[in-house]
Amino acid sequence: MNLDAKVPEGSIEQKWTNAKFNYKLVNPANKRKYSVIVVGSGLAGAGAAATLGELGYNVKCFCYQDSPRRAHSISAQGGINAAKNYQNDGDSVHRLFYDTVKGGDFRSREANVYRLAEVSNAIIDQCVAQGVPFAREYGGMLANRSFGGAQVSRTFYARGQTGQQLLIGAYHSLSRQIGLGQVKMYNRHEMLDVVLVDGVAKGIITRNMVTGKVDRWAADAVVLATGGYSTVFFLSTNAAGCNVTAAWRAYRRGAGFANPCYTQIHPTCIPQEGEHQSKLTLMSESLRNDGRIWVPKSRETAAKIRSGEIKPSEVSEDERDYYLERKYPSFGNLAPRDISSRAAKEACDDGRGIAPTGFGVFLDFADAINRLGRDVIEERYGNLFDMYENIMGVNAYEQPMQIYPAPHYTMGGLWVDYDLQTSIPGLFAMGECNFSDHGANRLGASALMQGLADGYFVAPYVIGNYLGAEIPVGKAGKIDVNDPAFAEAENAVKEKIEKMLSIKGNSTPRSLHIELGKIMLEKCGMARDDAGLKEAIEQIKALREKFWSDLKLPGSADELNVELERAGRVADHLEFAELMCRDALDRSESCGGHFRTESQTEDGEALRDDEVFSNATVWEFKGLDQEPVKHVEKLEFDYVKPGVRSYK
Amino acid sequence: MSSLGKKYIMALSGLALVGFACGHMVGNLQMFLHPDWINEYAYKLQHLPYGLLWVVRIVMLTCVVAHMVTAVMLVIENYKARPEKYVAKANLQASFASRTMKYSGVILLAFIVFHIMHFTVQNIHPEFLHLETTLEGVGTIHHVYDKLLPLDRTTVHDVYSMVAHGFSLKFWYVSVFYIISMGLLCFHLMHGISSMFQSLGLRNDLWRKRLDRVALAAAVFVFIGFASLPLAGLLGIIEPITPLIASH
Amino acid sequence: MSERNISVTLKVWRQKNASVPGAFEIYKVDSVSTSSSFLEMMDLLNEQLIEEDKDPIAFDHDCREGICGTCSMVIDGIPHGKKALQTTCQLHMRSFNDGDNITIEPYRSKPFPVMRDLIVDREPMDAIMQAGGFVDQRIGAAQDANALPISKEIADKSMDAASCIGCGACVAVCPNASAMLLTSAKVGQLNLLPQGKPEKDRRALNMVRAMDGAGFGNCTNIGECEAACPKGVSLDFIAKMNRDYAVASAKEFFGVVG
Repeated sequence: MNLDAKVPEGSIEQKWTNAKFNYKLVNPANKRKYSVIVVGSGLAGAGAAATLGELGYNVKCFCYQDSPRRAHSISAQGGINAAKNYQNDGDSVHRLFYDTVKGGDFRSREANVYRLAEVSNAIIDQCVAQGVPFAREYGGMLANRSFGGAQVSRTFYARGQTGQQLLIGAYHSLSRQIGLGQVKMYNRHEMLDVVLVDGVAKGIITRNMVTGKVDRWAADAVVLATGGYSTVFFLSTNAAGCNVTAAWRAYRRGAGFANPCYTQIHPTCIPQEGEHQSKLTLMSESLRNDGRIWVPKSRETAAKIRSGEIKPSEVSEDERDYYLERKYPSFGNLAPRDISSRAAKEACDDGRGIAPTGFGVFLDFADAINRLGRDVIEERYGNLFDMYENIMGVNAYEQPMQIYPAPHYTMGGLWVDYDLQTSIPGLFAMGECNFSDHGANRLGASALMQGLADGYFVAPYVIGNYLGAEIPVGKAGKIDVNDPAFAEAENAVKEKIEKMLSIKGNSTPRSLHIELGKIMLEKCGMARDDAGLKEAIEQIKALREKFWSDLKLPGSADELNVELERAGRVADHLEFAELMCRDALDRSESCGGHFRTESQTEDGEALRDDEVFSNATVWEFKGLDQEPVKHVEKLEFDYVKPGVRSYK
Repeated sequence: MSSLGKKYIMALSGLALVGFACGHMVGNLQMFLHPDWINEYAYKLQHLPYGLLWVVRIVMLTCVVAHMVTAVMLVIENYKARPEKYVAKANLQASFASRTMKYSGVILLAFIVFHIMHFTVQNIHPEFLHLETTLEGVGTIHHVYDKLLPLDRTTVHDVYSMVAHGFSLKFWYVSVFYIISMGLLCFHLMHGISSMFQSLGLRNDLWRKRLDRVALAAAVFVFIGFASLPLAGLLGIIEPITPLIASH
Repeated sequence: MSERNISVTLKVWRQKNASVPGAFEIYKVDSVSTSSSFLEMMDLLNEQLIEEDKDPIAFDHDCREGICGTCSMVIDGIPHGKKALQTTCQLHMRSFNDGDNITIEPYRSKPFPVMRDLIVDREPMDAIMQAGGFVDQRIGAAQDANALPISKEIADKSMDAASCIGCGACVAVCPNASAMLLTSAKVGQLNLLPQGKPEKDRRALNMVRAMDGAGFGNCTNIGECEAACPKGVSLDFIAKMNRDYAVASAKEFFGVVG
């Protein structure tokens, strides 16, 4: 597998400039001859489709939702980072770059991260020009807040709906191109395979989710912007429809999958209440600015709280363990996501969890209310307290909130080079579905930044370069969907659907997904170990067998069949989950969101092994019954020297 | 025509009709003064120069027709926009008045037709045509300026008595119909006036509540003004000065 | 958190696809935890239906946290159910009592045909957006974000309009199936901002025309949309659009708008 990252020449500040100059261009008159397929309509997908359409390429954009505006980017609450330094507090492109590399626990590619920081400012300019109503100060200037423990205020926000506003901004631009006929939009179409002609990506296979029709689509280049795979845990903060299928199908066709074990577990979510639950709801991280996190010091007290014998407010101060403040005095309750999450798990594993399930810790505002008054807290977090009361039926002004970490974001993804091209020529991966920018842990307010950077500012250059360099104008747009490769892919898709429908067993797709989620959360969640991962791999294999022998599906293939869609996604998750565990098993160090219990310091902190693991692990598919082949891309750190991430 | 265009027509024709109704009402209230007031007022209206009376009548008729035709179009389009109805029905915040505009509108139309037949064409009581009186010149403007106006001692149609007869206890059901219709007009205007500001875009978050109150006040004001006459007739407060001569 | 189990009886609209007639079916769901969400109750029912070899009920949903705007059913006559400022996915079963009868219908309007059961086709909303719901601006050609000061009042008001999640509840609840609230929210968001000013007139004209073309009903200013809107988008944006459209039409009549 060719893992040449194609990092451009020059100093880190010059790389993107040099790359842009050296990229091939496509003559404006020829652009309309080239066609590009974009799968996904989130920040990266809608951004790329709109940008490429505007440049004049023929773009087809696909999404499984009923409208491109519903992609899951919409759920991001907190904000988007940029190195504008509008606050005059010492921010710079270099600092954003530095923070992101360090935050990623030194497992990301420096050149990509620098480019991300570099274009961050243009993103804000672009969004404002589009009409995104960012929060402003009375003077009319943009407001910023500090977020996710950053030491500068560089986060731009639009109430608690930043993701929504940015996505709608991209959707505006996309809608404009659709209206102009530059982009053809296909809603309720799910991509089920990538088509390679002579090893080069030339199209996709989709299923029309309304009619069930399986279609072939050809293009000169294919962009996947299909998001992350947190739903492998079943319960996550992701939308119900998020899935790994597109990325997984690309992997099965030969694209390298990098660092699948890197998942981010977000510390402030509402804990699971019971078996019926379908979703974990994120509570904005900003709550940690005023809330104090604790569990009882003794297991007995915790048990009494769980059984409802005593109320949390009745637990005396010296009975409480404010564990984050105790362990990380300098960052306290604001410790980074991976660290806070792990600490919560530790307390619960110790038998001191307080939710009925045993998995929950308190986020207590009593002190803040005493200090600032209820009005101030209400003004700052009123909507979140309302949301909490609605879901939990508890008034958080009177009793502390219960929170627990939940799978939220996945840093791993399809391996891409500097040009965001996967190891399959002509197949690009953008946004959360690639592995490139966040290393082993993503900082708050950086996901939106990456999605838009890839879509608006990287896609137009790298796609143009690929088309200009690899496809002569004479051959542009002349891919034949009758090529045997398309027929083979279409048949494979149809066969899989038929096979799933023909099993007629007893297990529903949802129940199988729940089972998979339990295995993954327990053995490949916040803490992983050798034995557990090996067990998980066996369990996943067994579950996959069960899926293919005992699946029960209602209905047929040629109708709107929600369960069939779900089954297809679960089938891919069942294959992907194994790779995720394999990667976690292989990476016997702890870094960022990946914590191997074997690799920790004396006081329980993550212990990296830079000697062995200063790299990205890239897996190559060799067939389901064979082990995937491991490749590595060595990561060089010339500008940010790896050190210990200490938040004490 | 665009949906908004239709709304503008509804609002503007409605505005003209509300203006007419207010003027009409103020004119009516002269019934509570000396009979000369209304009789002279009616006489002058009937004898406006340059055919102005017909100009006003045509403008009003146009407004009524425009208001009505547009309303019918809107109702049909709205009906078509929801071919299948909900089984469970709920009402969140729409006022009773706003939900019954089409019904109050239809009844008002019937009322207007009746009213014109009743007091303008007078074919419901043809004997009203023969009510005549001579202006005494009491308390009216023409009395003050009687030196200047040649109206002194003119014989005119006795509108005062016509109305008094029309609303007399004998025809109590007519008065009741008038009062009910004016109640519906009040409802119609409660939503209509506020809706007019909304349709023309002449309100914002600051003015919305205020204008809703203005609409309510105007509607109630119009109701009291109009309903007071049939009510006064029922209570015997207004009595005819000319007896009715049976025409047959 | 006094969690308990309740039983509810659902009367649900079932329809195989757009071209066949549908009908109501009655289902009883037992042991529904009051801590579960309405959609989780539907999940439970669907699992039950699959067990019984029946077709599960198709309904739209995605983020399940009230922001994507996908969920779309009408519960007891009210889109997103009886609680104000919430989407269906945020509705919890503790709002219901043991033994309740609940009627669930799809959005009903001509432009949103039923595709299956409770799923409707809301593509006309995209068509309205494509007609003018954007700033005609080239990606990558923006000036510095702070070069254009926008007063906090304007930015906040624009944000109020922008909070529309495009769920279509306003259309569903309107007795006339009018799409004025969602159209005006977008016209309002962009027409308020200086970035959107150059195309203010064209936007109002084109978006209203697209809206009319899709077959939505007419606004009768009764305000049901505002009450049903899960994000509380105000009726005042409709007034603003009425104003903008009137001005734009007048300008167009005199040939000022290109």
